[in-house]
Amino acid sequence: MKQSGGDILAIPAIEVKNLNRTFKTKAVKRKSKAEIVKALQDVNITIHQGELFGLLGPNGAGKTTLIKILCTLLLPSSGQAKVLGYDVDKEAHEIRHKINMVSGGETSGYGLLTVRENLWLFSQLYGMPTKIAKKRIDYLLKVMGLEHKKDSKVRTLSTGLRQKANIIRGFMTNPSLIFLDEPTLGLDVNASRLIRDFIKNWVKEKPGRTVLLTTHYMMEADELCDRVAIINDGKVLACDTPANLKKLINQDTTIKLEIRQVQDLSAFEGITGVRSFTHSHNITAGITKLKFILDDDATIADIVTAVPKSGSKIVSVEKTEPTLEDVFVTLVGRSLVNNDI
Amino acid sequence: MAMKEIIQKNIQTMKWSAWLGWQMESNWTNPFKFLVYTIARPIASTLILVVMYLIITGGITYTDQFHYIYVSNAFFMYVFWVLFGITWVIHDDREHFQTMKYIYISPSNYFSYMIGRTLSKIIITTFSIFITLAFGVLFLGIPLSLTSVNWPLFLGVMIIGLLSLISFGLALAGVSFLTAKHSGGVNESIAGIFYLFCGVVFPVHILPTWAIAFSKILPITYWLELVRRALGLGVGVDTALASISTETSLIILCVSTIIFTIIAFSIFFLGDRLARSKGLIDMTTAY
Ligand SMILES: Nc1ncnc2c1ncn2[C@@H]1O[C@H](COP(=O)(O)OP(=O)(O)O)[C@@H](O)[C@H]1O
Ligand SMILES: [Mg+2]
Repeated sequence: MKQSGGDILAIPAIEVKNLNRTFKTKAVKRKSKAEIVKALQDVNITIHQGELFGLLGPNGAGKTTLIKILCTLLLPSSGQAKVLGYDVDKEAHEIRHKINMVSGGETSGYGLLTVRENLWLFSQLYGMPTKIAKKRIDYLLKVMGLEHKKDSKVRTLSTGLRQKANIIRGFMTNPSLIFLDEPTLGLDVNASRLIRDFIKNWVKEKPGRTVLLTTHYMMEADELCDRVAIINDGKVLACDTPANLKKLINQDTTIKLEIRQVQDLSAFEGITGVRSFTHSHNITAGITKLKFILDDDATIADIVTAVPKSGSKIVSVEKTEPTLEDVFVTLVGRSLVNNDI
Repeated sequence: MAMKEIIQKNIQTMKWSAWLGWQMESNWTNPFKFLVYTIARPIASTLILVVMYLIITGGITYTDQFHYIYVSNAFFMYVFWVLFGITWVIHDDREHFQTMKYIYISPSNYFSYMIGRTLSKIIITTFSIFITLAFGVLFLGIPLSLTSVNWPLFLGVMIIGLLSLISFGLALAGVSFLTAKHSGGVNESIAGIFYLFCGVVFPVHILPTWAIAFSKILPITYWLELVRRALGLGVGVDTALASISTETSLIILCVSTIIFTIIAFSIFFLGDRLARSKGLIDMTTAY
């Protein structure tokens, strides 16, 4: 290696400049034209070594596409992407020694082999020395609570356990940089907690370890990440620490309102000073939850007076801290996920 | 990296991918199933051939023609299993096991990985061929014995022939990168072409003139003929090939293997590159 010890950490873990990626989708019917999907548009991101960096965005935003380009699975259409100083296209081989990738929500692995055999195979494809490979596999099996399943055939495992095994495969090679594509997708609360804690500790354990994870759970991004890029329709809309992102929208002006027996929600539309407004119904309870992001406190009064006009009664009013979800709503104009507000 | 280290790493990759291939074929939950697949399957397919032959000839098994067909079919198993096997490896790794992307982004050379998987197919097929030949000697009067074999010729021919098969497998792997699991057809057609034109079910000389010319540019034709000569079975049956001396056949086999290998490598690397630019390395049928 050319660099001396100090310089190595100065190289960005990831440096993406004007990156574009398009896909041609095949025409579904003979008459319909093949469409061009812009999965990534002029993306610029620099991630430093040692960071736990999150890509937050809804399904189809382009998160997986970016990860695929960075982990040398996919070539960019145009622009530049460097990983640990190496070009993803021309120097893929240099990159592969230093990275690993895990994508969640899938059941990968050779079903006929045991958990241990699967991991062992990959340790050998990474050229890990026998002793180290055995030690790391055993250690990670223990940490992930998979020790009792180590000699079970992978195909007998539940999806959640297979995902844990996949995560072990990723961390086992001790990468400098790991890509985690929706690592907790489809997992139960406990498993997600375990994996999040593991990721957090792993980054801290050694200086220079970097994580790039994607998620569409804003809590996950908020809790885990040092910095977050909000991505939608292939474009990076904002990139900062969760705290700074929240500062983009005024601290004190997020209002949660619960009202009963609402008849006409249009009473809440068009109030000046409301930056965004989302709602969800709980039909069985007859309660509607409203969430407003306001320019300033003065608008609260206007909202409260709109309640009787909508034919409903107030159940509760609450002023809340903004979340990354609110940031997303403000930037994009719609909700990140279509569930509760 | 030093040359030696690079070679060691690639051998390591081949070793473990061959191990994986072996596990995948033999780990059918129990050894019984494995035996069924490696012994019963080749014998059954051989018996079908024998029955067909007996119907056509009216029950004659001791002729050179029969030996010709028996030996050619036994060794054609290599062509069949390697050609099909490689495509399956790519499609299964990608869509069924979803491991291809992880193997692809590992520091291991995917090329070496594929060679390893091919080697395990070859080893298992060798076992099946051995069983088939033994069955022929024991029950069908195939006149083959350890002393009747021209060993130097046999080993030389096997090494060159298997090299050209590996190249062929790699070329198909390059194509398989770009095809989806159920698109099929390519390898079936190629195996079919070899089956018809390389002197497997019938001698080349009964083909029309243009087909004989075509047959004479396929390395498999020479490979099978040389295998027959080395084993001393069905020699001279194929009058289209009988006039070509063993030395000439060997030279043609070597030269065509080299040309084939160069073409195959190019196809593999082109397929690899195209797959990476089109985003097909982790393609599932959903797209
Ligand atoms: N191989 C592909 N072929 C065609 N379109 C694709 C392909 N991969 C991704 N896309 C499209 O690109 C966009 C971004 O996808 P993706 O990166 O998977 O989003 P995310 O991971 O954020 O959900 C989507 O519109 C998706 O349909
Ligand atoms: Mg995705």
